[in-house]
Amino acid sequence: MSAALLIDFGSTWTKLRAVDVDTGALIGTSQGPSTVATDINIGLDAALATLARAMHGLPSFVVRLASSSAAGGLRMVTVGLVRELTAEAARQAALGAGAKLVGEFAYRLTAADVARVDALAPDIVLLCGGTDGGNRDVILHNADALARCSVQCPVVVAGNREATDAIQTLLSGAGRTAIATANVLPALDALDIEPARAAIRDVFMQRIVHAKGIDRAGAAVDRVLMPTPAAVLDGARLLAEGVAGREGLGSLVVVDPGGATTDVHSIGAGEPSTPGVIRYGLPEPYAKRTVEGDLGMRHNATAIVAAVGLDVLAGRAGITTADARTALARIEADVEAVPSTDAETRLDDALVRAAVDIAMGRHAGTVETVYTAQGPVQMQRGKDLSNVQWLIGTGGAIVHARDPGSVLRIVCADPATPAQLRPRAPRLAIDADYLLYAAGLLAQVDPGAAFDCARNHLRIVD
Amino acid sequence: MSHTIVTGVIGADTHIVGNRILSMALEDAGYRVVSLGALTPAADFIRAAIETAADAILVSSLYGQGELDCRGFRDLCIEAGLDDILLYVGGNLVVGKQPWDAVERRFLDMGFDRAFPPGTRVEAALSALAADFAARDAAAGVTSAASRLP
Repeated sequence: MSAALLIDFGSTWTKLRAVDVDTGALIGTSQGPSTVATDINIGLDAALATLARAMHGLPSFVVRLASSSAAGGLRMVTVGLVRELTAEAARQAALGAGAKLVGEFAYRLTAADVARVDALAPDIVLLCGGTDGGNRDVILHNADALARCSVQCPVVVAGNREATDAIQTLLSGAGRTAIATANVLPALDALDIEPARAAIRDVFMQRIVHAKGIDRAGAAVDRVLMPTPAAVLDGARLLAEGVAGREGLGSLVVVDPGGATTDVHSIGAGEPSTPGVIRYGLPEPYAKRTVEGDLGMRHNATAIVAAVGLDVLAGRAGITTADARTALARIEADVEAVPSTDAETRLDDALVRAAVDIAMGRHAGTVETVYTAQGPVQMQRGKDLSNVQWLIGTGGAIVHARDPGSVLRIVCADPATPAQLRPRAPRLAIDADYLLYAAGLLAQVDPGAAFDCARNHLRIVD
Repeated sequence: MSHTIVTGVIGADTHIVGNRILSMALEDAGYRVVSLGALTPAADFIRAAIETAADAILVSSLYGQGELDCRGFRDLCIEAGLDDILLYVGGNLVVGKQPWDAVERRFLDMGFDRAFPPGTRVEAALSALAADFAARDAAAGVTSAASRLP
């Protein structure tokens, strides 16, 4: 047997998955604390010791790959020109690369913006602006402004190609690292975020991993490949597309309600499912990730309550408002807490349902009827996910829910809100063993084993 | 260097055929064309023009509501820093039979550089563009208008 070790250096936990690459079977799981603040090896060694006990000795791993969202994740700032155009394209590229967006800027950076970038202290800045052959003044101005920042982080340049040479000269002259790649929006009707994503991953692997002290795990890890959200997106893509000789699941959506944010990933073109519908707005990424920073099961539980209302939430949970308030207070007092009473479990259940519902509403495209002199016209913004074939839940809040299937059904299309293009009748499954990130990592060296592992361990819940 | 032109049909207007013919003719004439198509809000013309550093915006309107849709268009451009962008409008701009002179005057007053009546041939628009770009380039001190022809 040859085994692969897949590691996720998370913000709270260091998680390990051991996979038999001959069969794609999951042969061991364990976790330890996240100790990147002191020495990342402490938590990793603890997790490895647990894994060794569970497996009665560690196999000799043929490959050991890691992703990381430790040390604050990959903190990124994006800069674009028009908010709805290159600034939005930059946002899509950064989220797709697994970044945590800490700042988004459009138009010309001001002195106050430069000060804000310094205060945000990002790991990477993604500098965009102008279609190819389009506006070059603003991106040049913004490169000049970034050269004045005291933050020394690398700048990935993905704007108007006609400005790229000048920007590289300017930033290099200021002693900054500038990595040039293709424009995220070469033309208004062409979104091209893959080259920028690849460039961001390279910078992450070659520089950020070191800067954050994650490479101190060098003896136990061959490579730290990407931020964990990027690994999850890659895993989702692999499941959807399949590999040579193994048919993929087709278009799919992954919902991931976490402690601080709720992520939604969709793989598919998202073209209109009904004829005659006109698409409007920027082209959509085929592999799209959205992050709802205000919807977290623990750090942002209060925000979910604010969005839904405590009375409504308590009603859905079948508990009194007073009990809901007590349970919420406990979450606020200790974000690491797991539910210990029936009321707390019920509130958690209502929270996760609200989080995935709101997050999906923001991720899915919308259709709107516009009345013209020639009759009504349907206009679609964003992705039409109506015909998505699979809906997959990942993360403890769904996986450990009393009825994961019913949580996922909340995410699906609701006749009461026909304008939202949510999945209509997908198969429902959960990533019960938290393997999507592992599959995304393993796909880099063995796509077949990675696909089998992710596919065979999906638990169908419909 | 060729000029960049944004085209589209403004407002809740789905008449795309004439605009598509115009866009193709502009491309054939060597311009960079950013074609926004039908049902384009005024703000989208502006956004596209900023991002692509356009030299002109050609607004089509065929359903008689152009006067409403185009109101304040030049002001939007000025607000977005596109003070001097060349603005044309053309099509069935108003409802009913109104004298063209009066219609044209109204759109020129709105800040459009030229307005074109129904039935205008693409050649008329092309020669107007060539003349206006040449005049602007000369005014901006570009050596020879010919060197700037698309």
